[in-house]
Amino acid sequence: MPEPEPHGDPRAADPRPAMDAITPGDGGAMTLATGDARSLDEGPQPGVPGSGKSRSLWSDAWHDLRRNPVFVVSALVIVFLVLIAIWPGLIASGNPLQCDLAKAQEGSQPGHPFGYDTQGCDVYTRTVHGARASIAVGICATAGATLLGSVLGGLAGFFGGWWDALLSRIADIFFGIPIILGGLVFLSVVTSGSVWPVVGFIVLLGWPQISRIARGSVVTAKQNDYVQAARALGAGNKRMLLRHIAPNAVAPVIVVATIALGTYIALEATLSFVGVGLKPPTVSWGIDISNASVQIRNAPHMLLWPAGALSITVLAFIMLGDAVRDALDPKLR
Amino acid sequence: MAETAKNEEVSDVVPSTAETTAEVEAVLDAPVDRGEPILQVRNLVKHFPLTQGILFKKQIGAVKAVDGVSFDLYKGETLGIVGESGCGKSTVAKLLMTLETATSGEVFYKGQDITKLSGRALKAVRRNIQMVFQDPYTSLNPRMTVGDIIGEPFDIHPEVAPKGDRRKRVQELLDVVGLNPEYINRYPHQFSGGQRQRIGIARGLALNPEVIICDEPVSALDVSVQAQVINLMEKLQNEFELSYVFIAHDLSIVRHISDRVGVMYLGKMAEIGTDSEIYDHPTHPYTQALLSAVPVPDPAAREGRERIILTGDVPSPANPPSGCRFRTRCWKAQDKCAEEVPLLAVPEVFAGKKTLAAHDSACHFAEERDVVHAA
Repeated sequence: MPEPEPHGDPRAADPRPAMDAITPGDGGAMTLATGDARSLDEGPQPGVPGSGKSRSLWSDAWHDLRRNPVFVVSALVIVFLVLIAIWPGLIASGNPLQCDLAKAQEGSQPGHPFGYDTQGCDVYTRTVHGARASIAVGICATAGATLLGSVLGGLAGFFGGWWDALLSRIADIFFGIPIILGGLVFLSVVTSGSVWPVVGFIVLLGWPQISRIARGSVVTAKQNDYVQAARALGAGNKRMLLRHIAPNAVAPVIVVATIALGTYIALEATLSFVGVGLKPPTVSWGIDISNASVQIRNAPHMLLWPAGALSITVLAFIMLGDAVRDALDPKLR
Repeated sequence: MAETAKNEEVSDVVPSTAETTAEVEAVLDAPVDRGEPILQVRNLVKHFPLTQGILFKKQIGAVKAVDGVSFDLYKGETLGIVGESGCGKSTVAKLLMTLETATSGEVFYKGQDITKLSGRALKAVRRNIQMVFQDPYTSLNPRMTVGDIIGEPFDIHPEVAPKGDRRKRVQELLDVVGLNPEYINRYPHQFSGGQRQRIGIARGLALNPEVIICDEPVSALDVSVQAQVINLMEKLQNEFELSYVFIAHDLSIVRHISDRVGVMYLGKMAEIGTDSEIYDHPTHPYTQALLSAVPVPDPAAREGRERIILTGDVPSPANPPSGCRFRTRCWKAQDKCAEEVPLLAVPEVFAGKKTLAAHDSACHFAEERDVVHAA
């Protein structure tokens, strides 16, 4: 601290009572005070680990998560799914598009544990390779919707005004579109069978949900005194948003995004099932479930394996989101 | 002065400003040289619009949170502002910090109207006016270390401290507010309320400001910790020649720390003066009622003392009473009070008289009444 400039006592002329001559009402509180501020140092709070190692909300959350069996199991499942989505050859050496009609709808046999589907393709190979489309759609759509939603919602929450009103009404319009009907209308005009039209569609209908959450948590974070304090220090909007608001508003968005990832995977399968999502030759659980559903009485194995894989994937992401929410929600601590 | 004798009788148990007439005259005769005001507030108004409708909003009224407040703040002094909840104290603080935009009125910092400033000029002024917040639990970002919190002012105003110097400056500030400089890497949740408030004070001091606005800085703290923080603030004031605007609802604390005190009621200043003018010679009925509620530790003094109990609630600031804001709860109210807004000035009865009662009071029927001491 720079030394204060020498100056006269500004109170010299003031009729201010000295500290020991205050009104009766003053007595109680002030006598407890001591002159030496240093001796008042209360030390770290009891209950805080004295190791001096600091823990933020994130490290606290990680500490909780590691001990949560739901998180550990779902995380392991997801890691496994991501690995086989990237390198399906790790556990399935066959080609999912190489089919032998002679073996159509045959059941389990050595080397082909899940049997064959109507086209005579190996169900095991197709199920393993189907993970890629589902995971890709899930992750890309979630990333897109989260990015778009949190940026638009966050800015709306931060700046408010007409931009907020306009954006909220636009979000309402997208909320009003039934997702399957919207999919039938939007995606039936697309001829490409790749994942990108589906990702685009899910982002288009998914961002309003994220933007509402982001807007709400930014509005809450914005009212905190530390944001006002930053403004009082002269901080610009960028600093307030990035340093103060975003880190404190991101937790609910992460939770909703994780849960949404599971539902987006299910949505991709649904759209593929009704024939507007992914199209052959792309390998997808939704397509396989759709093809198998007509033969469910003759060859249930064709339906059960891809459907089971889909259920486990969706469940894993939703459970992960749940565990993350529990860890990040301070009210449950 | 009739009360003087009584004051002397109880002066051993009531260590108050037991003044003799001679002392009063000495005080009044002493040249009051406060120098140039550092902050001049003139007719400050803040109305929050009440709107109806979602897309097409129309204004259906306004909450008159602050409605024409004027005062001066001098260098090195502490101006206390008291008043009950909802009277506009905190809004005044936010207006002084330009965290809210004033509806009208001016705040002059060294002659410059800061309510009209923006951008670079506003940022420059903010270096000199800082704030200490009420709640030490929400005023520190939980995701930042203490070093980052106290160091942030230097990031925003890099000209204050060169980059390599900042960590040292932060540690010095921690030392100044009585915290261990080694706590620099800790997070706010690892500190107690009093320690957190010290961190908030250190942040306010970082830019070496001239004015610190304290919005109920000790209300959220335990009584014992309140005293520590208050004493720290007094120490810092002497050390760095700070001017404080000290907002609180605890009358004792305000008296302890303030050189002058303003009493607010429903968005207006009811009475303003030095602390002995307000506490020992209140002339506004609202101040008298407020002071009569201050607890008195001495049972004998308490017996003889008169309690003024106000009836009714504070009127809504969206629809304040005409004329004098306090008239709906005032025992002196007459027709004139509903028709004429009393001005904040030395009341006519005391004008030109040599008494501490001759200070600014916004009442048509101002009269002295000692409510703190035994009657």
